[in-house]
Amino acid sequence: MNKLKIRNRLAKDKALLWVVCLLAAFTAVPLFAILGEVFLRGYDQLSFSFFTEPTPTAYKAMKAIEAGEPIPGGIANGIVGTMLMLGMAAVAAIPIGILCGAFLAENSKNRFAQTVSYLTDLLQGTPSVIIGIVVYIWVVVPMKGYSAIAGSVALFIMMLPLIIRSTEETLKILPASLKEAGLALGGNRARVMLKVQLPAAFGGIFTGVLLAISRVIGETAPLMFTALGCSFIRFAIDKPISAVPLLIWEFFNDPNLQELIWGASLFLLLFVLTLNITAKYLAKKWNQ
Amino acid sequence: MESVTPILEFNKTCVSYTKQTMAVKYVSAAIDRNSITAIMGPSGCGKSTLLRAVNLMHNLYPNIRVDGEILLNGENILSMEPIDVRRRVGMVFQRPAPFPTMSIYDNVLSGYALNGVRLSKTEKDETVEHCLKSVALWDEVKDVLNKKGTFLSGGQQQRLCIARALAMKPDILLMDEPTSALDPIATAHIEELMQELQKEVTILIVTHNMGQAMRISSKSMFMYLGELVEYGDTATMFSNPSDERTKAYLTGKMG
Repeated sequence: MNKLKIRNRLAKDKALLWVVCLLAAFTAVPLFAILGEVFLRGYDQLSFSFFTEPTPTAYKAMKAIEAGEPIPGGIANGIVGTMLMLGMAAVAAIPIGILCGAFLAENSKNRFAQTVSYLTDLLQGTPSVIIGIVVYIWVVVPMKGYSAIAGSVALFIMMLPLIIRSTEETLKILPASLKEAGLALGGNRARVMLKVQLPAAFGGIFTGVLLAISRVIGETAPLMFTALGCSFIRFAIDKPISAVPLLIWEFFNDPNLQELIWGASLFLLLFVLTLNITAKYLAKKWNQ
Repeated sequence: MESVTPILEFNKTCVSYTKQTMAVKYVSAAIDRNSITAIMGPSGCGKSTLLRAVNLMHNLYPNIRVDGEILLNGENILSMEPIDVRRRVGMVFQRPAPFPTMSIYDNVLSGYALNGVRLSKTEKDETVEHCLKSVALWDEVKDVLNKKGTFLSGGQQQRLCIARALAMKPDILLMDEPTSALDPIATAHIEELMQELQKEVTILIVTHNMGQAMRISSKSMFMYLGELVEYGDTATMFSNPSDERTKAYLTGKMG
């Protein structure tokens, strides 16, 4: 009598568990589908020269296709451009973002800090295409040309709120005793921040920086207005420059180069995944 | 002993967290030089609040008000620069808080680093050795000075924190329940250490543990609901408390 009821309830419980697990597994499907698609289409394009040679001209690519050979060249111009612009953006965004995050964490009750914190959220939510067009007006127009500088300004603006936020959050979860112990020894707030709090928060801040980089590395829209693109390897910061996501877009638009899309996509995807996994691993290690 | 000038004197000291309620109410007491004074009382009686007023920890929180006077060698610390006060008043917290990114060696010297004071290599070595010896930690850690402070046991960490405070040669050492997170053996070590240290420094300790107050302190304060109910010789207070509330607390009827 009662036994049957209990068995019934247990069966229902089990059924629900299966449904939940199935739905949870379903969220992983898009990721693996994307990974699989990009990997299967792109892996045979990856070769040493893919990373060391710039994009071929459409003419060369056409000739190769006619001759039935693989398309020569690679995405080295994009990799160099991406690294150059990310580097410049990070050099500016890391110190400014960390100092700003430290200020926000320390003065959470201050009206000015609350306003800045709110603006940071808004900046983080600003569509990247708008950041791109505004940087076009600010930098490209006065400099009379597209450039790596303009591209890095756009990436800088996108990275900044991410670094500010992760620094602030990490500092806020440090035990208050750490800061109090530093101040109790007679240190002023700046020294306690620099010598005690920031070093203790290093793991979390570093993770935040990696995530910020992985977040902006795939940005395409703002670079279209600022970096424009370039078909050869270039290190000049005041000239138009290429970037991996820009190349993917260019390859898509050029029927002769379409075969290169998947190699470039695979590279970008693996790079972002590596950054993310490293960041997760470091965060976990730091939390222990 | 009576002729010794008090190193620290509370004069109608009040601390309030909000406008309506006072956590510490008009406490007046003089602390003897080179002694251990215990502050006892049930949870929430204001004992930690009073202690933290002495090194101006309350300045960190804009809502907290401290009124009255706290005199350090006759000078009112409430009108002094917090940085000056804190260099002269060391503090040891309830949970051992060695700086996690610093080595044992650097932890001892962290007060100097935080004050921007540069020491020569010999001065550094001497300070580290002297301070770690005075907290009886030297023999245990002298071969691992470059390891992180957090690698030590709880009791060792707390002794490291005491060494770190002593390195600044403070006039007074404030201890906020320094053994409540430690096991009995580590506690006994620290108590023994405090007895030694009072030759060099005046100790003001907040404790929940009546046995501890009796074992180590020469004078005791009993606080209740923010008031200083009774202040006097520890032995007298324990054997013959003059206030009913003290008696109730000491006999376990309260707290």
